Amino acid sequence: MTHAPASWLSGGRGRLLMATVFVLGSAWIFITRPVEGAVTGGAIPSPRAGFAAPEVDLERLEGDRVRLSDLRGRVVVLNIWASWCPPCRAEMPALQALHEQRLGQGVVLLGINSTVQDSEQAAREFAAEYGLSFPIALDRDGEATRLYQVRALPSTFFIDRQGIIRRVVVGGPLNPSVLETTVLDLLGEGG
Amino acid sequence: MLPVLQIGPAAIQLPGLLLIAGVWLGSMLAERGARRSGLSGEGVERLILVGLASGILGARLGYAARYLEVYARDPLALLALTPVTLAPDVGAAIGLIAALVYGQRRRLPLGPTLDALTPGMAAFAVCLALAHVASGDAFGAATDVPWAIVLWGMPRHPSQVYELLAALAILAFVLRLRPGTPFPGYAFGVFVALSAAARLVLEAFRGDSVMWFGTLRAAQIVSLVILLAALAVLRRLVHPMAGAGR
Repeated sequence: MTHAPASWLSGGRGRLLMATVFVLGSAWIFITRPVEGAVTGGAIPSPRAGFAAPEVDLERLEGDRVRLSDLRGRVVVLNIWASWCPPCRAEMPALQALHEQRLGQGVVLLGINSTVQDSEQAAREFAAEYGLSFPIALDRDGEATRLYQVRALPSTFFIDRQGIIRRVVVGGPLNPSVLETTVLDLLGEGG
Repeated sequence: MLPVLQIGPAAIQLPGLLLIAGVWLGSMLAERGARRSGLSGEGVERLILVGLASGILGARLGYAARYLEVYARDPLALLALTPVTLAPDVGAAIGLIAALVYGQRRRLPLGPTLDALTPGMAAFAVCLALAHVASGDAFGAATDVPWAIVLWGMPRHPSQVYELLAALAILAFVLRLRPGTPFPGYAFGVFVALSAAARLVLEAFRGDSVMWFGTLRAAQIVSLVILLAALAVLRRLVHPMAGAGR
């Protein structure tokens, strides 16, 4: 028995349809194969997974400068925060713990205080209150906040050894399991 | 693109919200489809619930299994309200198995049940496309066509809009199909075939494709295989006796 309304599937018509789909589909896949570089965002700086992390060159709380490109070859966890933001406060102990746990294992925690919407004094007090020993940079003119298109605080970017952003977590507080497993993944990739 | 809505101290993830809306809309349409097919609306609704709950649980356990050391130290992390620590592949497999087992236990007939679920799945695909519009994920390849949008640093194909238009067209088409007509499983088979065909065509405009063999897009190859398989199954169903007497 053949169901009449589906006659386009039956007999020779159905076989012809399948053959046509196979030939045209294969041809489409071949014709539309991408030119080199068309499907990789890695070369373009943009604040999202799969793209090169935009360069930042900022002054640290201690007065010296930190440049993201200088950290190439290490896994970087870039965390943008402000002292008045409750989820930023909530996740800071986990970031500090990760820093202590992974010290010397090729992982760098880089905190960027969005000073443009905070104050240097508040950032200093915040770092002292939480006993932060990883580098804290000051985004006084909002350049990093703008480059990383920060729409919510905190925002955390996991950057691999090649300088490519691999995971972005907007908002917080960041669960410690996310921090640890993502860093483990990136460390496991080798250099 | 609007991935995050900042309302006071709360950062609302708009794509996530759209996906939840998709699940709600999909469940509603599936329940309606079940009633039209003469199936138990409650049974189909529970089937979706079982599949989703098992899928989420399986995805979290699958992820934790990869990082046993981390989760052994902090088992409460299993309950973390974050979509980041999920293994989607494991979740999909477990959700599917759980739904199949539940369907069999409730004696839900496979073909009519899949047909009943089809409008819901098509509606979910529309919400998924909207989530991609909001997040900027599933972005297009670089191009200089006049309708290109500047996204992630360069003019690109608005691949999320293409995806949305295709999903809307497929939804409109499957909503016109009558469940069980011309045979049980037809609506689902046609939905799978159309979705695979759309992905096969539209993946060509994506800028984030996973590549196989250096230059071929994995999603296109998988879509072509699924499209051919769906057509083969539909052909088999249109000739229910074919092969049996040979």
